[in-house]
Amino acid sequence: MEKIPILKLEKCLLVSIQVDLYDRLALELQNDLLEKVYKTNAKGILIDISAVNVVDTFMGRVISNITQMAKIMDATTVVVGIQPAVAITLVELGLTLKGVHTALNVEKGMQWLRRHMGR
Amino acid sequence: MYQLIRKNKTQLLQDWLSFLAKNSDLADIVPETKLKKESEEFLDDLIAFLKLDDFSKLDAAEYQTLSSKLSDLSQSRAKLGLSPRDTGSYVLNFKDIVLEYLKESYKDEPVKLAEDTLRFNRLIDSLSILTFEAYIEGRQEIIKRQSAEIKEISTPVIQVWDGILAMPIIGTLDSSRTQVVMESLLEAIVRTDSDVAILDISGVPAVDALTAQHLIKTVSATRLMGAECIISGIRPETAQTIVQLGIDLVDIITKSTLAGALKHGIRLMATHRNTHGENTHS
Repeated sequence: MEKIPILKLEKCLLVSIQVDLYDRLALELQNDLLEKVYKTNAKGILIDISAVNVVDTFMGRVISNITQMAKIMDATTVVVGIQPAVAITLVELGLTLKGVHTALNVEKGMQWLRRHMGR
Repeated sequence: MYQLIRKNKTQLLQDWLSFLAKNSDLADIVPETKLKKESEEFLDDLIAFLKLDDFSKLDAAEYQTLSSKLSDLSQSRAKLGLSPRDTGSYVLNFKDIVLEYLKESYKDEPVKLAEDTLRFNRLIDSLSILTFEAYIEGRQEIIKRQSAEIKEISTPVIQVWDGILAMPIIGTLDSSRTQVVMESLLEAIVRTDSDVAILDISGVPAVDALTAQHLIKTVSATRLMGAECIISGIRPETAQTIVQLGIDLVDIITKSTLAGALKHGIRLMATHRNTHGENTHS
């Protein structure tokens, strides 16, 4: 069965989504991530979606949800690597991911996380 | 018919060329040697087709060469800027000359003259229609290329500072244009690793509700990429219409001039890179 690996680096959790995130996989990721936040006491989550070419409203919502859920568990989330085409699709769908911090790439996302973790 | 044209080929060619030199602009624009070569080729192809002695055989290979060469010829002439009259009458003039010869040699056979005239007329007419079609096609190609070019130059992305891009928008911002603007801006952000994008709308003549919506979309897409977007070039009239239309631009950073936007962008970058830059969308 497919599973999205979650890596831990210092106080952050790194997730790189490389496959199409269909509904069950997305919910599993949400579950695993929060579980891991609880276990490792991570303060930051970085989700890289640079390999994702297709998004729908469901995926947009899952990302928003993860951000909010992690926040009440005291972990800050940043989403990085949104492709231009994906950004345009999201905007056309009316999903502007309010409340979710985005960064251009992993590097910038990590910089931002280091500054904002645990606030 | 075939015999007649083949025998008199050189003479025909000469008559044709001198007629063209007198009566059309073709000779002024196309160099003489080139015109002669093209006309000779046309004649050769025509003779090859006439040799079949069946004018209705439009699927014959000979006719295909004849027509395709003629199409290319008039297309290239269309691109040179020749008028459709010159392009079309090129072939029609040739008809006049051949008919003269026909009249001469069939003096004593009126029936055959009429028959051959009719047949030849039909052939040349269909060829001249072909030249018109090809002419229009050639012109359309020019139009297509130009509109692509306009599209290309109307959305330039300029890197004005390390990590700051500017995009001046000139002309009306409709939805197809917005798509192009968004795509090129977002791709430029990825390519140049930029943090701030400035959208200058001083060249947009009028901002209405739809334009504003397009702008908001572009800003949202830029933010999704993790960059901040500033709109500059808001003129007094623009500000008035935006407020009167009840459009909410509160979440968007707006500046009246590009200079102001650049200043703000540089400040943003400084806070970004030093202590705590705030880029979360609330």
